[in-house]
Amino acid sequence: MSKTQWPLWEIFIRSKQGLDHKHAGSLHAADPQMAIENARDVYTRRMEGVSIWVVESKHIHASSPEEAASLYEPANDKAYRHPTFYDLPDELTHM
Amino acid sequence: MDQLINYTLHLADNSLVLGHRNSEWTGYGPVLEQDIAISNIALDLIGQSRNFYQYAARLINQSTNQSVTEDTLAYLRDANQFKNCLLSEQPNGDWAKTILRLFFFSAYQYFLYRQLQNSTDGTLGAIAEKSLKEVTYHLRWSSEWVIRLGDGTEESHRRILAAIDALWMYTDEIFEAADYELAAANKGYGVDVSSLKDDWQKKVSNIFEQATLPFPPANKPGVRWFGKEGKHSEHLGYILAEMQFLQRAYPDSQW
Amino acid sequence: MDSCDEQKIFLDKIEEEIKIEPKDWMPEQYRKTLIRQIAQHAHSEIVGMLPEANWITRAPSLRRKVTLIAKVQDEAGHGLYLYSAAETLNITRDEMIAQLHAGKAKYSSIFNYPSLTWADMGAIGWLVDGAAIMNQVPLCRCSYGPYARAMIRICKEESFHQRQGFEILLTLARGTDAQRAMAQDAINRWWWPSVMMFGPNDDASPHTKQSMDWKIKRFSNDELRQKFVDVCAEQVKILGLTIPDEKLQWNEQRKHYDFGEINWEEFWNVVNGNGPCNKQRLEARIKAHKEGQWVVQAASAYAEKRKARTQKAVA
Repeated sequence: MSKTQWPLWEIFIRSKQGLDHKHAGSLHAADPQMAIENARDVYTRRMEGVSIWVVESKHIHASSPEEAASLYEPANDKAYRHPTFYDLPDELTHM
Repeated sequence: MDQLINYTLHLADNSLVLGHRNSEWTGYGPVLEQDIAISNIALDLIGQSRNFYQYAARLINQSTNQSVTEDTLAYLRDANQFKNCLLSEQPNGDWAKTILRLFFFSAYQYFLYRQLQNSTDGTLGAIAEKSLKEVTYHLRWSSEWVIRLGDGTEESHRRILAAIDALWMYTDEIFEAADYELAAANKGYGVDVSSLKDDWQKKVSNIFEQATLPFPPANKPGVRWFGKEGKHSEHLGYILAEMQFLQRAYPDSQW
Repeated sequence: MDSCDEQKIFLDKIEEEIKIEPKDWMPEQYRKTLIRQIAQHAHSEIVGMLPEANWITRAPSLRRKVTLIAKVQDEAGHGLYLYSAAETLNITRDEMIAQLHAGKAKYSSIFNYPSLTWADMGAIGWLVDGAAIMNQVPLCRCSYGPYARAMIRICKEESFHQRQGFEILLTLARGTDAQRAMAQDAINRWWWPSVMMFGPNDDASPHTKQSMDWKIKRFSNDELRQKFVDVCAEQVKILGLTIPDEKLQWNEQRKHYDFGEINWEEFWNVVNGNGPCNKQRLEARIKAHKEGQWVVQAASAYAEKRKARTQKAVA
């Protein structure tokens, strides 16, 4: 670890009523405890009941944009997966 | 009633003075994330003090027909009327000194509020319960920093030893009860501070061990000087001169 | 895929308001411009903490004390979001800070003015944050994903800053004569520097066209400045105070306020380092950073030790 800078961490937060952890941003911290505490201070404004995940940025593996086409296209021809495929009456609300 | 008011003011002053000191770091912290962290802690502490001051103001107004506010109490009392412990008013020094001061104080507040939430006085109990959540975090945060600095580099170790040397002498006062604290404990709305000393020492000893710091520090018995009774160090005068300036220079004004 | 295709895909995305993300191909100049702009914005937040932090220990009531600390703390957080966004472009926070301290990176010149009275807290909130908000809201739709997302987060938190400032001025304006005078004096000192925050006139702004084509910038300097003046000219009436510009007047034909000429000599002087507080601001940042080094090193050393111990225990 560089002595003059702490490693970068990516922060994921799941809100109290939330279903998934969402990427909130990044910050610098020396160790996991500090990363979680900093995330609490910076990204949750000290809200209670939230779940925080911290991962050192170097450990994140991401798909590359060129792969995007092959990774995602197959679903496009399965039209029944999209809500617009279904013709429903106008009076139906909340759906 | 007077003793309840004094007790409440003591609790308020402790939190305000320590909060004020910590807020001096805002904008000047060693690292951005830590600047945010210590500002949060300052906000918690000042928030606690407001709860106590507002309660004290109500009590004063009820019993004396005045109409004082939290600001009257914070901004218009002179140093000899402040009842905070000497530890809280010590200067920030470097990060090590600030961390150590916070660690010593948070550990005390943790054990204090843990008992105070059972106070026979509902308001004090409620404030203590809310404050306990905050100081639990302050204690954890500052403990981790004591360990990082104690077991970090040679320089950080040296600096925290210097901090211990500067601050240890002020920790005795915390556990020596002032008159109003004795009255409070007797009547059940307050805590017998001397009963907290054991737990506090165990906590400090535990963290110091993990931090490779010697415990107990060499204690030079000093002359008894009691901030809780309004006998302060020279620092409080300057803190108040700065803090209270506008209210004193422009009396009877709304801000 | 050759670079012509990549260039086309990049420009198509910009056209269709699809965000550019960190691993996407982008022109080198786009990357460089973004780093410069985001870093400048981040530095501004951090240096911007200083004129307000100046009054924390003197805030005249407990409520003002906590709201001021919270505001300054928010600015630290905003700086952090922005440094993080810039770091996705292959530059580290340390490198950006080194540029700032070496005088190689800029920050908003407004913060080179001193905060002399409590009323300055009001004027800064109303005018400086007001101007910043005008710049920031359009950036929420900027083409670069991480920057846009940071700006959305910032704008959400910004709302209380300006209101807080205005409320401080309103309280003073409704107070004693001394307080009214204090408020008017603060407005007199912060008005023109705030107007200058929108930068040079459009015809003197070389970067603007490219930035607008790439949707890094969404409105021109003069457009935003005019909007700011129009809004403030109305808001000041609620305070019962005045804006220090004799030429400020509603123009019925243009449907905008006419206003006086900016003192461009002062503008460039401050931008180039000769403002009242330039040296002081930078010195404060350099000092804080230098004095923080041993703390950073200590935490790193401890983390290493712990890792080594854990590995040893496992082995």
